[in-house]
Amino acid sequence: MTAVADNPAAVGRPIRRKEDTRLLTGRTQWTDNIEIPGMFHMAILRSPMGHAKIKSLDVSGALKYPGVHHAYGAEELGALNGSIPCVWAVTDDMVAPDFPVLAKGEVRHVGDCVAVVLADSAYEAADALEGIVVEYEPLPAVINMEDALKPGSPLVHSDKGTNKCYTYVMQPQGDGAYAASAAQADVVVKRRFINQRLIPSFMEPRAALASPMGISDELTLWTSTQIPHVLRVLLTLVTGIPENKLRVIAPDVGGGFGGKLQCYREEVLVTALANKLGRPVKWTETRSEDMVATHHGRDQIQDIEIAATKDGKLLGLKVELIANMGAYLQIITPGIPLLGMFMYPGIYKIDSYDFTCHGVFTNTTPTDAYRGAGRPESTYAIERIMDELADELGMDPMELRKKNWIKHEQFPFTTVAGLTYDSGNYEAATDKAMGLFGYEALRKEQEERRKSGNPVQLGIGISTFTEMCGLAPSRTLGALKYVAGGWEHCTIRVLPTGKVELVTGTSPHGQGHETAWSQIASDIIGVPVEDIEVIHGDTRTSPYGMDTYGSRSLAVGGQAIMRASEKLVERARVIAAHQLEVSASDLEYSGGVFRVKGDPSKEQSIQGVAFEAFTAHNLPDDVEPTLQAESTVDPQDFSYPHGTHLCAIEVDTQTGKSKIRSYVCVDDIGVQINPMIVEGQVHGGLAQGIAQAMYEGAVYDSDGQLLTASFVDYLIPSAADLPSFTTDSTITPSTSNPLGVKGVGEAGAIASTPAVINAIVDALRPLGVNDVPMPASPMAVWRTIQAAGGAK
Amino acid sequence: MPEVRITVDGDLVTDEVEARLLLVHFLRSNANKLGTVVGCDTSSCGACTVLLNGRSVKSCSILAVQADGNSVTTIQGLAGEEWHPVQEAFKECHGLQCGYCTPGMVMSTVDLLSENPNPTEEEIRDGLHGNLCRCTGYHNIVKSVQHAAELMKGGSK
Ligand code: FES
Ligand code: FES
Repeated sequence: MTAVADNPAAVGRPIRRKEDTRLLTGRTQWTDNIEIPGMFHMAILRSPMGHAKIKSLDVSGALKYPGVHHAYGAEELGALNGSIPCVWAVTDDMVAPDFPVLAKGEVRHVGDCVAVVLADSAYEAADALEGIVVEYEPLPAVINMEDALKPGSPLVHSDKGTNKCYTYVMQPQGDGAYAASAAQADVVVKRRFINQRLIPSFMEPRAALASPMGISDELTLWTSTQIPHVLRVLLTLVTGIPENKLRVIAPDVGGGFGGKLQCYREEVLVTALANKLGRPVKWTETRSEDMVATHHGRDQIQDIEIAATKDGKLLGLKVELIANMGAYLQIITPGIPLLGMFMYPGIYKIDSYDFTCHGVFTNTTPTDAYRGAGRPESTYAIERIMDELADELGMDPMELRKKNWIKHEQFPFTTVAGLTYDSGNYEAATDKAMGLFGYEALRKEQEERRKSGNPVQLGIGISTFTEMCGLAPSRTLGALKYVAGGWEHCTIRVLPTGKVELVTGTSPHGQGHETAWSQIASDIIGVPVEDIEVIHGDTRTSPYGMDTYGSRSLAVGGQAIMRASEKLVERARVIAAHQLEVSASDLEYSGGVFRVKGDPSKEQSIQGVAFEAFTAHNLPDDVEPTLQAESTVDPQDFSYPHGTHLCAIEVDTQTGKSKIRSYVCVDDIGVQINPMIVEGQVHGGLAQGIAQAMYEGAVYDSDGQLLTASFVDYLIPSAADLPSFTTDSTITPSTSNPLGVKGVGEAGAIASTPAVINAIVDALRPLGVNDVPMPASPMAVWRTIQAAGGAK
Repeated sequence: MPEVRITVDGDLVTDEVEARLLLVHFLRSNANKLGTVVGCDTSSCGACTVLLNGRSVKSCSILAVQADGNSVTTIQGLAGEEWHPVQEAFKECHGLQCGYCTPGMVMSTVDLLSENPNPTEEEIRDGLHGNLCRCTGYHNIVKSVQHAAELMKGGSK
């Protein structure tokens, strides 16, 4: 065996992605690309009404259409019509209505599933929906959250007697603590912010294919999901198919952003029907279906109060939320605002905190995780109100932040919300960002434009954010009544011919795990990145995992990769020592080769060890054949990336049109495995956060019709709508994991929305404007200016 | 049912199709070109973009019968012995994440650069406005297009 040449450290290098070869040549395995002979195509009849009684449903007409084999409504589906689970009962008295796969007698939002047809082709299945006859009796719909909470409001679930799902209160300093802070304060600023509803809009529409024609008795589900492992558990609970007969595969998945962190009705339908009929069943959504049937995100009314002394010291923070659940509870719908609950205090030292959230049902698509999940909402609120407070105090908004943020020497720091932030350096990130941005020069230009009455005003927006990544440890999740754990798994093995398989429980859908995970393992076991194959997204080949969401994959999964790799080397060391006839402690290991200390000519490569472990002809007595190690890690704590985002925006006060002139951010996400991938994650997050600020918003009319139900009406920004970004970083290693990593998936999306809105408000302050609604479209900005008395 | 004859990535594909069959479905189902994908049903996203006689089209917005007698190039027909410079550039500049928009984005870029070999950033952003990407924020897509333009000037293809 030849020794592997020492390779330079892989971690920290912008290695080009392995994934790209298949993605750039069209050899990708999307779920919709998979065809199985004899499969049925499923089409779904969805409610066109926001709220209605199903007076009658007759699916028989569909069976007369060519190519159609089966049609089901709730009645025909019978016992197979399971209920979609919610795994996060946030309070003991939370109202959790039944959420049947096919609506039983009543539809509660546009897009609610009413009936399904199975046919030989997708075209035939879609045609046959025309043959289904439904008689609806419209019921009054309730869309507005505050209306839903009023006595006498129409009820989304009449059997529950209320539209309130829950009220959650957290007062870490006790009841009355905030009132005491407010009483001491010189200034109390109150604002209402609307964090509007968004639609995840991953580019690959959802698709699911279940086939009973697996190996042995297993039923295989390919689905465009972020959570194959969690989904298998839930599908077993819903369908009753034993978990060991169910294999869930997430093949190549085209984006998720939380939208594919779900147990969807369509996944249950194809699984249950394939199992019942003994035939493969496939469903691929149209974009129009996606807009009404994939869960939505955000949608909160935020009443925020902040109390401070006249020189700007923060004393207290009070948050009262109304959070829209939509018509039903999906997997973690009620918990999303609570993920934000801990983060309202942001990076600041505050004496008291008071949080209340009311979850409310409305006749709208259910909400759930969307990039950031609760934390963009909280960051928006705190970073917006900091600017409002600065204005009230006549202080520079950056000075106010500096005065109150946690200083780098104060970490670890336990916040007023009870979290202990591991590490950070807000000063360093801010200094770097201010330098790149040219803060002082821009302020000067702003002053000039204000003086000259230029119709195009310049605004500067700041967002100094932090967030919590790596949803874990499991104990903490348990204390929050979240049903699942927060651990992650890795198995790593060297095959007889020297190549490496790294099995992970994370489930990538664009994040480049195949490359980044190889980099981590490469440095520890000393084999080239190209020789490592990352195996993921299949419950048969990677049986243990908690999947990918909440910027957890690296912070949690990375630790498992590190530990498994280290264990692998230690196992190999014992075998190598035996073969080189020295004791294990006499061996040095680098670049994939064990060498005898003091006699480096005696060596054995890890590939050589793997072959010996395979033949097992000459292993020490107590060593088992094969070279494999595994690790399941439940991390000690969250990690807390942070950053300073600065946005300069030009607002035409005559037309309301805003144009981002420059966007600078310096993020500190701890140690970076692949800085190229990190930058890409930041860019994508920025685009989504900026889109919330300026472009996107799901809008319902009072009957529950979604008015933004296609890409024509729901404005996903194109390249022409966004600027280039200046991104940079500082590196303060996390102390909550041995890799020192934090997590980057959501940073950009969390930080950028308030930066943009703060900039627009800043531009318009001389006109008397102190808030603009999101999305800040030209129309919305123009109206705001008019309401304040018009352009000067 | 009408018969269509379409040259796809250099091979003639002949089939009887329903008149309403979209070209993108013909490519995926009849020509087995699964590299071309569907992202919407309003001709908004550009994920389905292919070259029809060398010019980019959204293959969800025309019928297979309209393409009868013509020649289509998909992402799978772009590379010869070596990758097309646009493919190289997207990899080099990290112009893709999940990769779902990528086939369409690459084909649109090929067309854009054939029209305008030296585009400014603004021309790139305008030229790609019919292709949506939810992952990259377009920053690295713009860089990829600029890099591809340079590679192509170098005469590599
Ligand atoms: S699939 Fe969206 S434009 Fe063709
Ligand atoms: S890379 Fe995912 S949509 Fe563009």
